[in-house]
Amino acid sequence: MSSSGGSKRGIVLYLHAHQPLRVRKYSIFDTAIKHDYFSEDEYDHDSDRNNEKVFRKVVDKSYRPMNALLEKMLAKHSDFKVSLSITGVFIEQAEKWAPDIIQTFQRMVKTGRVEIVSETYYHSLAFFYSMVEFEHQVAMHRKKIKELFGVDTKVFRNTELSYNDSMAKWADEYGFKGIMAEGWDPILQWRSPNYIYRPSGTDNTRLLLKNYRLSDDVAFRFSDRGWPEWPLNADKYNEWVNVALGDQNIVNLFMDYETFGEHQWKDTGIFDFYEAFIDKWLANSANTCYTVSEAIDAFEPAGEISMPHTVTWADTERDLTAWLGNRMQQEALRYIYSLEDDVIRTNDKNLINDWRKLQTSDHVYYMCTKWFNDGDVHAYFSPYDSPYDAFLSYMNIVRDIRWRLYSHRNTGGLGG
Amino acid sequence: MLGWELPPHHTGGLGVACYNIAKELALEGSSIDFVVPYKAPHPGSEFMTVHCATDLLPGSRFGLGVYDTPTFSTRPSKGVDADTNDINGVRDRYCKYVEKLAAKLHPDVIHAHDWLTMDAGICAKEITNAPLVVHVHATQFDQAGGKSGDPLIHEIEYNAMMMADRIVAVSQVTKNIIIDKYQIPADKIEVIHNSIDISSFNDSHKYDIETYKYLESLKSEGYTIILYLGRLTIQKGLTHLIKALARASEKYDKLVLLLAGEGEQRDDLIKVAAELGVSDKVFFANCFVHGKQVRDAYMVSDIFVMSSVSEPFGLTALEAAHYGNALIISKQSGVGEVLDSVLRYDFWDTDLLANQLVGIATSDALKKSLQQDVKTEYNRLSWHDVALSCLKMYKSLDGVTAS
Repeated sequence: MSSSGGSKRGIVLYLHAHQPLRVRKYSIFDTAIKHDYFSEDEYDHDSDRNNEKVFRKVVDKSYRPMNALLEKMLAKHSDFKVSLSITGVFIEQAEKWAPDIIQTFQRMVKTGRVEIVSETYYHSLAFFYSMVEFEHQVAMHRKKIKELFGVDTKVFRNTELSYNDSMAKWADEYGFKGIMAEGWDPILQWRSPNYIYRPSGTDNTRLLLKNYRLSDDVAFRFSDRGWPEWPLNADKYNEWVNVALGDQNIVNLFMDYETFGEHQWKDTGIFDFYEAFIDKWLANSANTCYTVSEAIDAFEPAGEISMPHTVTWADTERDLTAWLGNRMQQEALRYIYSLEDDVIRTNDKNLINDWRKLQTSDHVYYMCTKWFNDGDVHAYFSPYDSPYDAFLSYMNIVRDIRWRLYSHRNTGGLGG
Repeated sequence: MLGWELPPHHTGGLGVACYNIAKELALEGSSIDFVVPYKAPHPGSEFMTVHCATDLLPGSRFGLGVYDTPTFSTRPSKGVDADTNDINGVRDRYCKYVEKLAAKLHPDVIHAHDWLTMDAGICAKEITNAPLVVHVHATQFDQAGGKSGDPLIHEIEYNAMMMADRIVAVSQVTKNIIIDKYQIPADKIEVIHNSIDISSFNDSHKYDIETYKYLESLKSEGYTIILYLGRLTIQKGLTHLIKALARASEKYDKLVLLLAGEGEQRDDLIKVAAELGVSDKVFFANCFVHGKQVRDAYMVSDIFVMSSVSEPFGLTALEAAHYGNALIISKQSGVGEVLDSVLRYDFWDTDLLANQLVGIATSDALKKSLQQDVKTEYNRLSWHDVALSCLKMYKSLDGVTAS
């Protein structure tokens, strides 16, 4: 192994902050008349499609208490570090409805111990449809992060932690020093996710692999009373991390920001658990925390890894089937991306923005029908009555976008 | 078990449901005595003892089917020499027969299906002290379609529901009616959804393209065929359906509606379609139940709408799904409670229904997804599960120890 002597073994904590702009119940009788796709009617004001309502709720439950905890840890431990990705659609909503969250994020970044990770502004799957649009969204996000936090992003993660060799190649050429992916066993085989790797076909970029067992113990299983290890306490978890790491370099604990307070509610003890675990981990002077960039600087790659097929952090299949698995999802995205040239040509800022917001991956996630097979309805939360209803509203909006294009007289007709 | 009909002598879904529940219960080891009000052999029902309460022929059965109640008059019964041309006379005879039989058999549970057998159920309970289960497949409120219905039948239903140890409702829709209209406490009512016997479908049926030749040619021009199949009565919400069709046509023209069935509302519906200017898009087909025209109707159509104002269950939706239709089901129809791969709407919400119709008609992806996904779903329904739920309920009743 070629790890640098002298570097402490560490955990790499990474949290992903995102809230989509859900589309409202949008009828064919709205098409060509109303263009307010993202604001639910008065009639349905209390529905979970009401973005403001959902955002305010989740900020109260998750972002405010978690940011307070992270700031507390930063003050308490000089070697506490964390990396965050915050989507553009999240930032826009926070600016409108919870500007204090932006301020606490800014204070955290100012400590120099919180790194912001790059991604697409719209939390989209554009990489798989249009490289031009994809790069534009990455650039938009970098620009927004620079404006708000005064920093340049150095490490890239794509939506849903989706990753493949060609994405790594792109990140390498773009100049990112690192890229993040799921440490999925069928790909890794005998190899451990607890090292830095070099993606196949790249020169300078490095690969960070999520330790999914230890990450998901917290993100998914923490409050599951049917789990044999329940209740999980900091001592036990600290022990697991120690054992898993052994004499290797890093444990990458990647999870959704909303694990804290939203997926696992406060009364499960998730906040206290996280704090106690960090305290215990850092109490051992052989241990430290790294941001994603620091981890890449601290260690040499242990080898090369190739993932020709796309791997994500989702479901047991670790693929994109929750977003692109059925015909409705494929159609919806095909339609929206086929409008790219016409939309961009209009130079209509509102139209282009709306079109980009419709690329957020959550829209097609709500059309997922996978769970009909395993009957696990609760695994796929959706604010719509059914995947079919989600598709109906979305398609009526696609038609409205076409209509707006037509009204610009820049396209041939409404047929798409 | 007390019922009004069994295959092959059934006129509607009730007979099929009773048959399947009894069969699956027997397979689970229950011994069943089933009483019908007419005399006929029941090939295929050898798993239980079928008792015939009268010498009447099943075919000429009192001139009415189980659910033709709005059209007959409920005269008071005439004692021992009841006139068996009158439904109440038959009910009396049925009741007396059941009384005697129950005294002889001492059943563990008395399970009575719908209003015609309910007072017999009460008699049997009084004689034997065995617990009474009243199985509600449809109430008089469902039959009356928003009107109040026959007060005498209400009273029979109400008495039986009060006397019953347990009430089975075939859907949450029905349970809500029992709570709201009969003021029965919710915890006395258990929802056990109906199922479907896939093997009962006549898959040897060969689609005849000639039956609806004109519709076929519209289809080849890209039209989407919407089907309603059943009686043309107020209860079915068809005025709203035609309004929704007209509304949908404002946005997308290539839609036609096939109304397959007959009923007293037909002339009104023709008028409604004309007033809305969609007469050329609404087709009336006077089909007979079980007939070839019915199966061909299922097969020519793309979308099946169950538009009912109040539908206890709605088995036809599952049949339509079997023949490859996408389903749109009113929230007032019980069958929607067991299916996820459908679109749902409130029966009065014509704009939403129009939106759904246009959505399916203009998106092949949505149409195919609905059509295919619902097939995997109804395949999971089974009468066996219905019987297991019944057994579990029997065992929860006082005084019942064995199955």
